[in-house]
Amino acid sequence: MSLLDVKNLHTSFGAVNVLAGVSFAVEPGETYALVGESGSGKTTVIRAIAGLAPAQEGSVKFDGQEIRGASERVLRPLRKDIAMMFQDPVGSLSPRLTIGSLITEPYRIQGMKDRDMHAEAKRLLAMVNLPTHFADRYPYQLSGGQARRVGVARALALEPKLILADEPTAGLDVSVQGELLNLLNDLRERLGLAMVIITHNLNVVRHVADRMGIMYLGRLVEEGTTEAIFKDARHPYTRCLLSANPEPDPDARLERIALKGEPPSLLNRPSGCEFRERCPFAQDICTQTPQWDVEEGHGLRCLAPMHTRGAA
Amino acid sequence: MTETLLEIDRLSVDYETARGDLKALRDISFDVRKGEIVGIVGESGCGKSTLISSILRLTAPNTRFRQGEVRFKGQDLLQATERQMRDLRGADISIVFQDPMQTHNPVLTIGQQMLDIQHRSKDSKADKLARAAKMLGAVGIPDPEARLAQFPHEFSGGMRQRIAIAMALMSEPDLLIADEPTTALDATLEVQIIERLQELQQEFDCAILFISHHLGVIAELCDRVVVMYAGAVIESGDVREIFHDPKHPYTRRLIDCDPGHIKERARVLPTIPGEVPDLANLPGGCIFRDRCEQAMARCATDVPPLTQLKQGHHAACWLNHEEANT
Repeated sequence: MSLLDVKNLHTSFGAVNVLAGVSFAVEPGETYALVGESGSGKTTVIRAIAGLAPAQEGSVKFDGQEIRGASERVLRPLRKDIAMMFQDPVGSLSPRLTIGSLITEPYRIQGMKDRDMHAEAKRLLAMVNLPTHFADRYPYQLSGGQARRVGVARALALEPKLILADEPTAGLDVSVQGELLNLLNDLRERLGLAMVIITHNLNVVRHVADRMGIMYLGRLVEEGTTEAIFKDARHPYTRCLLSANPEPDPDARLERIALKGEPPSLLNRPSGCEFRERCPFAQDICTQTPQWDVEEGHGLRCLAPMHTRGAA
Repeated sequence: MTETLLEIDRLSVDYETARGDLKALRDISFDVRKGEIVGIVGESGCGKSTLISSILRLTAPNTRFRQGEVRFKGQDLLQATERQMRDLRGADISIVFQDPMQTHNPVLTIGQQMLDIQHRSKDSKADKLARAAKMLGAVGIPDPEARLAQFPHEFSGGMRQRIAIAMALMSEPDLLIADEPTTALDATLEVQIIERLQELQQEFDCAILFISHHLGVIAELCDRVVVMYAGAVIESGDVREIFHDPKHPYTRRLIDCDPGHIKERARVLPTIPGEVPDLANLPGGCIFRDRCEQAMARCATDVPPLTQLKQGHHAACWLNHEEANT
């Protein structure tokens, strides 16, 4: 049984249909990356899983238990098992609490008052490689990278089974970005964590994710193992994303596939394939609506997929 | 030899703080020639922002210029009057800021804002609007005439950044400063912006000072690169020299850290352990010494000067000096 099983999730904010049927599953200990442009619905997916955004239709099963639309009473104990890392590291920390009380806040919320908060704060800070005297500091005294680690420490406090991480490396310097990814990789192995990571940095995905799903306008358009996607993406949108990845080499030969225009408005979804108008490879058949097909674990929503690159 | 447009000559800038003087920039020298794209790379706290605000003289009140000159077309901007600076800003030197969501005034239409920045021109309003529409078209905004009547919130982030570029180029400046213009954008939009900048640079023949910590973008866009660390230039040179034959350990480590370099899945990614030194309390010797694996005795005592290693490649590291090997 999958640890997390999301099926046909729909979310609308008024008339804006943000998620139009998202399905994916995450196994225990697995890292799954959700990739896509701004506005593709990545953040809404994980917020809906955590119960922070509404989901009008579909199902979210955690450890076999349905949690979509569950009451606060049902959700609260489950929040021990599902932790969230928010996108803005400094903004997600209350400016008026010390780091020590911020990272032990989960214990207080869960009513675990018998714990020695000082000892826990020290243990958690050590776990994310921060000096223990940081417990007395305030968020404004931290750098971006340090604030991220506090976010990681807080997410780990209750020993969750699943972490939902929204752009965990956004805004970090490259040298610090590596540290954070190493930390997450290490914790995942030691604690057997499963993770859903949202990012638009494909260079990062390659090193942390086991599998990845590519989102466009609130739907998955392709899904597969990270290796398969990087080697042999079949959806033109995925190919565009992969090619829009500037290489740190002035002589890199770029075979860039240009994306046309901007993502269409969610209030006015295109007919047929929703990527059709921006797709450099669109054909006549693309006016029909593509279905989700899965072949050997590689999911695809495209009527005119790219040819496989073979062994290349 | 192409004409030099901007020369930063031994610039040192401090911030006066309660903890003492923060030495934000120390002995910075580099130049930008007419029509070339120079990239400035560095991580948080390296002094990129202080450098930009020093060039434009938009510095905080506690800023002290300790030494050096910022020469633009031969004139030292640090000695210019406020009046002269006002005439220069937005006309000869313009800037695109990092956050496209906060660049525009939310209560004025794009058209009005593009009119406002043409306040120096004596042309009719109709002519100014026509020019604004033309610029929007040049940065790839479809249906520019109609969109002039719209407000910033009616545009996506990528479009807003392109509008900011259009506005910065309206006056046909000689120098465009781009302060991390793609950091807040998706990879696909980032690529669009870079390609657009390259085209416009050809069209308008302006020089660009491009600040970024994204090495991939720098490699793709720039002719020359200046690498900064903790308020100092530690290496500068032709983009190929910097990426293929870096001569400062920091540059080398920075390039190694970029996950874009590592094609196979890595279990452990390279990092640069340690932290940037406290600028209010600088250690003696080389500023990178504490984090450098190749540090020698000399690095603790003497500050390595930025020396020319070959035509167009400078580095500030004792490892490149003869005596290091003896």
